[in-house]
Parts: sequence; structure tokens; C-alpha cells
Amino acid sequence: MKDAMSTASEISGQTDTILREILCDVLGLDRARVDGFTSDTGLFGHLPELDSMAVAGLLTEIEDRLDIIIDDDEIDGEMLETYGALLAFVGNKREVG
Amino acid sequence: MPIAVWPTPDGGEEYALAFDSGRARRLLILPPLFEEANKVRHTLVEAMRRLDRMGIDSFLPDLPGCNESPAPLERQWLAGWRAAAIAAAGHFAATHLLTVRAAAILAPPALSGWRYAPTGGANALRAMLRARSISGRESGINETAEDLLQIGRGEGLELAGYRLGPQMVRDLEAARLPDSGRLSDIPHAAIGGSAPWLRAEPGFDPAQADMLAGFLAVELGKMDEGK
Repeated sequence: MKDAMSTASEISGQTDTILREILCDVLGLDRARVDGFTSDTGLFGHLPELDSMAVAGLLTEIEDRLDIIIDDDEIDGEMLETYGALLAFVGNKREVG
Repeated sequence: MPIAVWPTPDGGEEYALAFDSGRARRLLILPPLFEEANKVRHTLVEAMRRLDRMGIDSFLPDLPGCNESPAPLERQWLAGWRAAAIAAAGHFAATHLLTVRAAAILAPPALSGWRYAPTGGANALRAMLRARSISGRESGINETAEDLLQIGRGEGLELAGYRLGPQMVRDLEAARLPDSGRLSDIPHAAIGGSAPWLRAEPGFDPAQADMLAGFLAVELGKMDEGK
């Protein structure tokens, strides 16, 4: 049980790290600034750099680097609104597969 | 900027950025497709300047319908671009090839060289379909990527400001990343920093041009020794 739990938290820490790396790349921000993102940090609609093409690039890169598939009908304003929402969505995807 | 003109197989002419001093090592660079080309161009041009200083000629052609090309993009298809890439390689007497991103699907088979961060045409199309679907939703239009693809196959589609003909949509959809063949892949991690084609705002990092040109010069040198 302990093993299973530590594995789950390792995966979620890893997801957080990779997601921040992708945001650095897409937004062209330095790592320190992206490391300062909290669950409440606004993304789509809050960061002018993040237009629809950038969001599409972001999602495609998330799929490639985290080996998940995001269906079209799963993409909505809510999952992209804050860093916390995006992390939760991606984390859930990785667990469920 | 040193600009050259080269003849396309259909009888037209296109521009190329050309650092040509008649040297033995001559690198043809096929840039990424569509929007990614704009984001990566600055890095490629700066890498070409560095290659020039290291004694290597390089050529960055505009494929028909791309960049400064007078040809309409919506009449282009992948077979045409592949033939154009072969024509450019012949015209500039390229000895080696560098493809960037989805240009990997256009690689003339006779050249050896590299594929920088290669991806298939299907991936490039998917990202553009998704962008249109997301921006549609913002303005209250509900069109899924699958709906758009269906329309695009029949009558073509404007994606991210690029008007693609129906043949191009079908070609891209079917274009998986081919086997590397005579080319070796350069993962972006080997160049480092944030990937220029991903950046929402185009940016230029001189260190990436240094790394890319340095890597290519070393590899080209190894090939010469191996002869």
C-alpha cells in the first residue's frame, strides 16, 4: 500500500514538473516565473501570449511528452483556466490512461 | 541577406536564402511547415550565418506557396513539395540535408543528413485543426477537429491563416513520420533551451543557433574524415 501511494505521488510530482517545463517552452517564460505558478494562476484568457494556436501547441506537446491523448470534447475553458485545473486534468488523464 | 532564385519542377521560380561560396559542403535546409516556419526562421537564418563562418554553404528555399512564394498555397500538395525539395537540392548541388520539424516528410531520399525535432504531417495538421476548433469555441462556434477535417478533405480549409487545398489536407492527414533512412535525428534536447516552434511569441536565442550550427559543423567534419 505504501509503495502504491509513493508511486502515485511520484507520478503526480513528475506531471507537475513536466507541465511546468512545457509551459516554459510555450510561453517563453523563464523557469523561475513558471515555478512561481500556483493552482490559482490564470492561464487561457489571462496570459496574452496564450492564444488559440499556442493552446493547441500546448495540448499537443502535453500529449507527446506525457503520452496521453486528449479528446477534442474534453477541451474546454475550465480545464485551461488555471494552472491547478490543467494539472488536475492532466494528472487524472495519466492515472486513468 | 543573400537571396537566390531557383526553378521549381512546374516551371515557376522561388526564392531561397543562400550562403553560397562554392564550397564543398553544401547543406539544404527544409524549414518547418506553416506557422512553425515563422517561429523557427530567425534561429535557422542565424545558424546559417554561423555555418557560413565555419566554411559551410547553406540554402533555405521557399517551397511553393510558402514564405515569399508567389504561388498560391491552396494549390500545393505534398508530392509537389517533395518534387520541389528534390529540385532545390539539385539546383544548389546540396551535399547534405537538414529537415526541421514536419519538413521531415519532404526529405529527398538521396541526401544524407539530419532531422531536427522531426514530426509527421498528421501531427502538424492536428495542432492546426485544434487551434481552429479552440478559437471557434471562443467565438461561440462549435466545430470539432473531426468536423473540420471532414470539411477540409472535401473542399480545403483555412487553418491558422493558411489556406490548404483538399489534397494537402488529405496528404497531411496520411503523412506519418517516415523512417529516418539516411538521416539522423537531432532531438531538441541536444540543442537546449525552449523550443522555438512552441513559443507563443516568436523569440530568438543566439545560444540555440550556436548549438545547431556547431553540431552540424562537427557532424559534417566527421563525415569528411570517414570518407
